Amino acid sequence: MNPFDYHRAEDAAGAAALVADNPAAAFLAGGTNLVDRMKLGVTAPDTLVDITHLPMDEVEELPEGGLRIGANVRNSEAAAHPLVRTRYPVLSQALLSGASGQLRNAATTGGNLLQRTRCVYFQDLSTPCNKREPGSGCSALEGYQRYHAVFGASPDCVATHPSDMAVALAALDAQAVVQDAAAERRIPVSRLHRLPGEAPERDTVLAHGDLITAVELPAMPMAARARYRKIRDRASFAFALVSAAAAMELAEDGTVADARIALGGVAHKPWRARLAEEALIGAAATGHDFAAAAEAELAEARPLPGNTFKLPLVRAAITTTLGEVADGVRGRGAGPDQGEGER
Amino acid sequence: MEADITLTVDGRPRALRVDTRTTLLDALREHLDNTAPKKGCDHGQCGSCTVLLSGRRVVSCLILAAAADGAEVTTAAGLGDEAAPHPLQQAFVEHDGLQCGYCTPGQVCSAAGVLDEAAAGWPSAATPPDDLAEGSAPVLTDAEIRERMSGNLCRCGAYAGIVAAVGDAARAHAPAESGGNR
Ligand SMILES: Cc1cc2nc3c(=O)[nH]c(=O)nc-3n(C[C@H](O)[C@H](O)[C@H](O)COP(=O)(O)OP(=O)(O)OC[C@H]3O[C@@H](n4cnc5c(N)ncnc54)[C@H](O)[C@@H]3O)c2cc1C
Ligand code: SF4
Ligand code: FES
Ligand code: FES
Repeated sequence: MNPFDYHRAEDAAGAAALVADNPAAAFLAGGTNLVDRMKLGVTAPDTLVDITHLPMDEVEELPEGGLRIGANVRNSEAAAHPLVRTRYPVLSQALLSGASGQLRNAATTGGNLLQRTRCVYFQDLSTPCNKREPGSGCSALEGYQRYHAVFGASPDCVATHPSDMAVALAALDAQAVVQDAAAERRIPVSRLHRLPGEAPERDTVLAHGDLITAVELPAMPMAARARYRKIRDRASFAFALVSAAAAMELAEDGTVADARIALGGVAHKPWRARLAEEALIGAAATGHDFAAAAEAELAEARPLPGNTFKLPLVRAAITTTLGEVADGVRGRGAGPDQGEGER
Repeated sequence: MEADITLTVDGRPRALRVDTRTTLLDALREHLDNTAPKKGCDHGQCGSCTVLLSGRRVVSCLILAAAADGAEVTTAAGLGDEAAPHPLQQAFVEHDGLQCGYCTPGQVCSAAGVLDEAAAGWPSAATPPDDLAEGSAPVLTDAEIRERMSGNLCRCGAYAGIVAAVGDAARAHAPAESGGNR
């Protein structure tokens, strides 16, 4: 590991300026991803700016009924927060399905969003990787593809973003609050991460030195019955092969009035399944309609030879999660019979 | 580059100078001769280095010592000793929750964290979604224990004994159950 200077940041704008002025500086939050990468030699900062003592560790209600989760709120605290559990249980589920109890106690909201891919070649200095070393080639194109993308990849990189939390945030229309040395701005989480294109070294639209200070969730009544489902190689403590976050609102007549679906483990970013969402609007919310929605999204899928198995997993994740959401909505709402009878 | 830090380890304040690259795990083992936390993977994947940092379980291999400056650290050695074992340590012995013992200090610290997290009402991925949304307090069933302890691997496969040990300690730890408020 390269030697580095360690600083504790005292204010957000100052921390942003410190990192912006030095291309080899990095923010340190829980460290569960950054320290891991530094040990592997994938990242070699000469300065760490520890942001965990900045006052960004609150969960607060927003005036319009939403919720603001500070960037330093630990993943375990966010998952257990009463307002997250009752208004956005899908976010608790996503957080709790990630990593382990020990890691969630250290991992932060900001660090989770900006964790980097687990592509084995990205983490192995002895193999070419365009994301780690632009222009060196992509080892995954002819290699291990189990954890790689089926949507939105490029010939230069087929990596996936590993976060579970970000998938729920994308479905919930959350925004990241970003501070640079001069000003604050907001970026929808679904547009925070990039597709790899010709610049896979850039994970996000952020500039070096941009500090995430919080994530804001808008008021969304249907979020209270939204659900997350994660499909993985073992029952716990494993990254997603495919995951889905889904929310749905039914009209009086039982048809779908509104829907949000986001997928994990399938793209360089949390993947909002907008084609599936569009296909659902106005549909009768039967198993047949959920399968049709999944097919609409899968029309855009471009699997690799080593991960065609993900297509049926995407179909299953979408249909079972929507089925579960529909059961919950009908159980609480108009009642199971009413909708059926009026159709 | 170096940093002067203080840590309160198992109740004792300790001042030390470390290279900023030193992890909390290496500071404990190499600088403070506290070899209770073990180095298994050094990448957050096995849990053998688990300690309680300001009362919360974490993997000490991914935390920089400099970042932990000023904090309170409890290792398995600080939870109890042979003369006065912690109820979890006693339960691990009674249920054969170990074979070689390498993962055990991490298992015990993690289990101590699990009991506190459950007492605080924290849910897990094994908590039924409806209970999660309603905010009801978790009951540490075997499924809950397996899920909550999944960050601690045991190469000897002592899992059955570990689940039984944590379950016993959890039942002893939850006096509120007889309080009639549920
Ligand atoms: C063994 C293992 C298993 C895991 N399994 C899962 C899993 O199943 N699902 C899952 O989702 N995750 C998983 N993770 C990843 C884990 O969730 C992340 O490591 C964690 O969320 C990162 O948060 P952190 O606070 O520790 O970030 P850090 O490691 O401190 O930082 C990560 C990156 O974000 C930057 N950063 C941090 N905070 C900010 C901020 N506020 N503004 C701007 N930049 C910032 C840092 O500079 C760094 O580049 C796993 C990790 C490990 C080690
Ligand atoms: S998929 Fe992306 S991260 Fe993986 S080797 Fe190819 S370029 Fe690197
Ligand atoms: S040594 Fe820390 S988790 Fe394995
Ligand atoms: S007892 Fe040997 S690794 Fe767990």
